[in-house]
Amino acid sequence: MGVKKTDIVLLDDKGIRCDGRKINEPRRIMIKAGVLKNANGSAYIEFGENKILAGVFGPRDVHPKHLANTDRGILRCRYHMQPFSVGERKNPAPSRREIEISKVIKEALEPAVMLENFPRTVVDVFIEILQADGGSRCAALDAAAVALADAGIPMRDMVSACAAGKVADTIVLDINNEEDQEGQADMPVAYMPNLGKVTLIQLDGVLTPQEYEKCVNTALEGCKIVYEIQKKALQEKFFGDDSQ
Amino acid sequence: MTATIIDDLKKKKILALLKEGQRIDGRALDEPRQLTVDTGVIPKAEGSARVRLGDTEVVCGVKIQPDKPFPDLGDRGIFICTAEILPLADPNAEPGPPGEEVIELARVVDRGIRESGMVDLKQLVLEKDKSVIGIFIDNSVTDYDGNLFDACSYASVASVLSCKLPKYEYNDGVVTKKDGEFSAPPITTIPVSVTMGKIGDSIVVDPNADEWNCMNGRITITTNAAGNICAVQKGGNDGFTPEQLIQCSKISIATGAKIRDILKQAGGS
Repeated sequence: MGVKKTDIVLLDDKGIRCDGRKINEPRRIMIKAGVLKNANGSAYIEFGENKILAGVFGPRDVHPKHLANTDRGILRCRYHMQPFSVGERKNPAPSRREIEISKVIKEALEPAVMLENFPRTVVDVFIEILQADGGSRCAALDAAAVALADAGIPMRDMVSACAAGKVADTIVLDINNEEDQEGQADMPVAYMPNLGKVTLIQLDGVLTPQEYEKCVNTALEGCKIVYEIQKKALQEKFFGDDSQ
Repeated sequence: MTATIIDDLKKKKILALLKEGQRIDGRALDEPRQLTVDTGVIPKAEGSARVRLGDTEVVCGVKIQPDKPFPDLGDRGIFICTAEILPLADPNAEPGPPGEEVIELARVVDRGIRESGMVDLKQLVLEKDKSVIGIFIDNSVTDYDGNLFDACSYASVASVLSCKLPKYEYNDGVVTKKDGEFSAPPITTIPVSVTMGKIGDSIVVDPNADEWNCMNGRITITTNAAGNICAVQKGGNDGFTPEQLIQCSKISIATGAKIRDILKQAGGS
């Protein structure tokens, strides 16, 4: 973990974090479904300072053709950061980090999507990070899952993602960029809330077995909060916003 | 990559055996394959190891070179760990730029060792913000029989443990190597990764290639010498229940402790 010369207080003696949140409080999350005209399904998410667009195309013909599978459809996923999404300009070519994240996001969504219904086709999920803050892979997954549902693709369950981590020797929910840089551990988790299955888990940083268990459970609580927001976004898209 | 009829038959056999708690090669569910580690196999590299995990074989070399530090990490040495599947290792491997599988492999192996803090990078600074020692670890898979994550991780750890760090001096922007002077690298802990596959509802440790082909979930958990968890990576197209995640962490700690002894002995420390 990077150590900088700044002296931000990650957790004060009242249990308040550097951005004013409590230990088990997620950042502000806003999701809007159906934001793109051409995509079959789409979603926009603001997760703290993260601003992310997800678009879904398919099921459609596979190109190149040899990738097609005769007994089930395939899922492809691209997580891509805009050059202007971070402090220093990011080279627009996909980095090794982005390729790995694309893969873990694909594998997190795959258990939920009923690909066996669409042999010989592909479902493409495109995720563009317009602005990145800590936890962009979880936010990206949340938007992608809503976009898949928005596209009307049959799913076994929603996929909801949220990270937990260790900051100032305390397990906290949804770590932000500063906490990621200066904190002790970061654990992104994706969860299918009705089937009770974790479809993505990564960790960097050292945790005792007890902290590991607590961290998993904290992240799952966050996933459940996100799940309610995802459901609301889809409800507003398909059944209208009550306030309008 | 298309499944043949033999693959289908093998998969059925593996699933049927697992229902009775048995594995296709006769191992217990939480039993890794035999691990052999030879260090010092490449004398031109500052550290090296050849690791065999069952029939998976990896050759790993460590090169030590002075380098400029990363701009935001001027008070730390450089640590980079890569992995490559050589075309002679597997009929499906092709030369050329790495695919997502290989990129993930390299990043997971790197992350496990880096996050454990195995090498104290703060002790590798020659001149703050100007010059540091870089540790470059390159893994080459020479024979494939599943579970490259652990084989590469063990090879990297053994190579670093057996590595001899040359002495360097920094004077007015010039770095000179002092011939014939070596020290041991600053090691703080020995990380051990343990990869488990989920086949049906069974969790198997260190899946071989046949098991790798039919498992639907995978998790790699790296632990340090104190029995703490320092890195996790889940893969595959199925999920784990929260209970299984806890179960896997316990398996990793227990299995990792045994493997740590083998690595320690091979590394000569």
